[in-house]
Amino acid sequence: MRIRLKVWRQENQQDPGKMMTYVLGDINPHMSFLEMLDTLNEQLLQEGSRPVEFDHDCREGICGQCGIMINGRAHGPLKNTTTCQLHMRSFKDNEEIVIEPFRATAFPVKCDLKVDRTAFDRVIASGGFISVNTGQAPEANSIPISSPDVEAAFDAAACIGCGACVAVCKNSSAALFTSAKISHMVLLPQGEIEAQTRVRSMVDQMDAEGFGHCSNTEACEAECPQQISVLHIARMNYEYNKAQVLKK
Amino acid sequence: MLDARIPDGPLEDKWSHYKAHAKLVNPANRKKLEVIVVGTGLAGSSIAASLGEMGYSVKSFCFQDTPRRAHSVAAQGGVNACKNYKNDGDSVFRMFYDTIKGGDFRAREGNVYRMAECSANLIDQAVAQGVPFGREYGGYLNNRSFGGVQVSRTFYARGQTGQQLLLGAYQALMRQVGAGTVQLFARHEMQDLVVIDGKARGIIVRNMDTGELERHGAHAVVLATGGFGKIYYLSTLAMGCNGSAIWRAHKRGAYMANPSWTQIHPTSLPQSGEYQSKLTLMSESLRNDGRIWVPKQKEETREPNQIPEEERDYYLERRYPAFGNLSPRDIASRAAKERIDAGFGIGPLKNAVYLDFSKAIKDQGEDKIRKKYGNLFRMYEKITGVNAYQEPMRISPAAHFSMGGLWVDYELMTTIPGLFALGEANFADHGANRLGANSLLQASVDGYFIAPYTMANYLADEIKTGPIDIRHGAFAAAEENVQQFLKRLMGIQGNLGADYFHKELGKILYDKCGLSRSKEGLEAAIREINELRESFWQRLYVPGGYALNSELEKAGRVADYLELGALMCYDALMRDESCGAHFRVEHQTPEGEAMRNDEDFSFISAWEWAGVEKEPQLHKEPLHFEFVTPSVRSYK
Ligand SMILES: Cc1cc2nc3c(=O)[nH]c(=O)nc-3n(C[C@H](O)[C@H](O)[C@H](O)COP(=O)(O)OP(=O)(O)OC[C@H]3O[C@@H](n4cnc5c(N)ncnc54)[C@H](O)[C@@H]3O)c2cc1C
Ligand code: FES
Repeated sequence: MRIRLKVWRQENQQDPGKMMTYVLGDINPHMSFLEMLDTLNEQLLQEGSRPVEFDHDCREGICGQCGIMINGRAHGPLKNTTTCQLHMRSFKDNEEIVIEPFRATAFPVKCDLKVDRTAFDRVIASGGFISVNTGQAPEANSIPISSPDVEAAFDAAACIGCGACVAVCKNSSAALFTSAKISHMVLLPQGEIEAQTRVRSMVDQMDAEGFGHCSNTEACEAECPQQISVLHIARMNYEYNKAQVLKK
Repeated sequence: MLDARIPDGPLEDKWSHYKAHAKLVNPANRKKLEVIVVGTGLAGSSIAASLGEMGYSVKSFCFQDTPRRAHSVAAQGGVNACKNYKNDGDSVFRMFYDTIKGGDFRAREGNVYRMAECSANLIDQAVAQGVPFGREYGGYLNNRSFGGVQVSRTFYARGQTGQQLLLGAYQALMRQVGAGTVQLFARHEMQDLVVIDGKARGIIVRNMDTGELERHGAHAVVLATGGFGKIYYLSTLAMGCNGSAIWRAHKRGAYMANPSWTQIHPTSLPQSGEYQSKLTLMSESLRNDGRIWVPKQKEETREPNQIPEEERDYYLERRYPAFGNLSPRDIASRAAKERIDAGFGIGPLKNAVYLDFSKAIKDQGEDKIRKKYGNLFRMYEKITGVNAYQEPMRISPAAHFSMGGLWVDYELMTTIPGLFALGEANFADHGANRLGANSLLQASVDGYFIAPYTMANYLADEIKTGPIDIRHGAFAAAEENVQQFLKRLMGIQGNLGADYFHKELGKILYDKCGLSRSKEGLEAAIREINELRESFWQRLYVPGGYALNSELEKAGRVADYLELGALMCYDALMRDESCGAHFRVEHQTPEGEAMRNDEDFSFISAWEWAGVEKEPQLHKEPLHFEFVTPSVRSYK
């Protein structure tokens, strides 16, 4: 198939950036989207131009490193699919595809399609953990947890930290990301003890990083590759209010 | 002769005896001791977090933009641990024996026993961190059985066990980052090791965003940089996985052990075209319920569902009735290759075999299968567009795991004092073939439970050293070395990108140093790789500049792969026997099974760098079996 690409090019964080158009003549529909970008880059390299920088690593939908806006949608047209798992068979012959980075105040563009998502790490560092040192753990089966509870915690813990939720949100809110971690921990007995300090510090850190507020549009859930539910945001708000009320 | 310094005494007492006698570092002194940890996978995150908790000053490095993306994240199937929750006869000794046997009697008894011994603790630690392992209805932990063993000792978190374990370790790491004991350097790639007076004293890293080179000094350096299976280009590894950190350490004097032993995983998705960049793994757990077959007739053209039962060859069940579809990976992959090479392969490129769930769906119902493997079936459909509830999956073998790596002694220390190697980066515990679900375990126990003791034993003598001065001449020389290397790569200005050379190297290795190897093939491979390396240094083209530049990153990695690839071939050529994943066609039974030669090859090969174009120098670490008797590894 033949496709026309409009790709965001930006030398570095200071550069204002611009869209560039490229045409690819011979694309196999079974190629993954990133293999299509590899093909573009091979073409650019042969022309002696700088290839397009884009993020990726595992190419199997689990590391969360890939992530671009494709025709205005985070990770492209398929629901619950990362960019690396998207294939060209989801596009039409002669289609024009617009490719841009994930944009948010808290995610500055580093180069072309690569953005800086280290704000997420700082949110986790502020409290997204259970404080247990190596060696302190009791026998694993001494804490029975019902299978449905564990599965619910897993649903939240499945987040891959790609940032699609932030990129699609008109307020660039990180509420889905942060709440998924809070839910994961609070749904487990091990995580309950620190519930209040955790939710307060994570929410404060999220605000400090420049993420916007959640206004319940639910766009994030719709684009999340891991189908993380917005109900976690409701739980986070509940836990936050509870923590504020109980604050000593 | 190399000495692994394994403690004397009964197998069960070695590790506890070691721990009881190892030197300790006074808590007040720990802050003054600096440790560099390269890698944030299970091995790297767990050691960095553990050392941070103990009060050491730690620096943690990775090439991804956050530690949480290390390739441990991609492990699907599970992690082994000996808890005997199923009451099915598991024990530390049995787990040890399964691992030694699975590795075809080419691993150290002491190390393997220790791994089995520490395994139970890992599950405790992970559960306490909040890892949501699968549970039974009573609320207790569940297990499944996994390739090559007859007990159920595999813990799992749906098909995302690696992700969940890694998030546990990552969160422990980030807790220390928040507490200020660990400094994090994401998007920093290690470029060289700094050795002063024979000891590892620091590293040179490249900030991959700015392109700047940085010097970091420490009293000990840990390499936990994962596997180098990406050397085959098409593999189940991530695009950025590399051998560069261990290779540069090798060039500074660390020996490489058993570098040719690569696990080729039997259940990956087949290659569909030249453009392909990676092979996606389908978890081996699928073999618990899926049956593997090819048509009995060559050049079969019918759709799989149209082929009647009696015209299907369930070749694993036929050849290995006791283990059948659960035969170990090396055996399953080789059996698949045998059928494919004999002309029975299926799919458009005739490079695959079927993995069929129809019987399991009939026996257990689609819902049950969906509950167990739903995410894998979804992933399969996303990639191939095929619904595997209705027709069999197509699978084929793919390069997956490096059993080889930096040589380490019992303390996980390399031949350079103060340089430790953990996780897949060392050659450790898997012998010539790794059992499924043992490497998440190995990476984790190395970092949580072993290195914290063995490193303290080393660091106890470093208190007097004082801070490491990065203005030392050795740092300047190493930095200059890296600068020259990068300049040289940028300066060639040829007409071929790094990927071209990587793909060519991958083809040579798959063909001649992959599932089966021969003397002629390996000799030819060494020649071809040398030619390819020459052409790389003449025709490479790296566009762009010194700052953020993926092409430059790739070029550096491929330059190392071209040297490492040659070493793999030397190693495979030297080992004139078949064992585990290493199959020399000259050494097989009439039925095509591997023939080991314990008389001449019961040793670990440890190679010393001699320079580009020079033959590497072989050292041997003999293997002693005091507690088990090497037997023919039969799964029939
Ligand atoms: C698809 C797949 C599925 C698997 N499934 C299973 C399974 O079910 N069960 C099981 O037990 N095992 C499984 N394995 C194997 C297992 O996942 C790995 O062996 C293990 O996770 C390795 O962990 P590690 O910490 O050693 O390395 P990794 O997790 O690979 O981490 C390597 C780290 O080193 C860093 N790094 C590398 N090079 C450099 C450099 N030059 N400079 C700076 N940083 C660097 C990386 O950034 C990364 O942080 C699987 C492997 C794959 C590929
Ligand atoms: S590259 Fe890892 S999720 Fe896409």
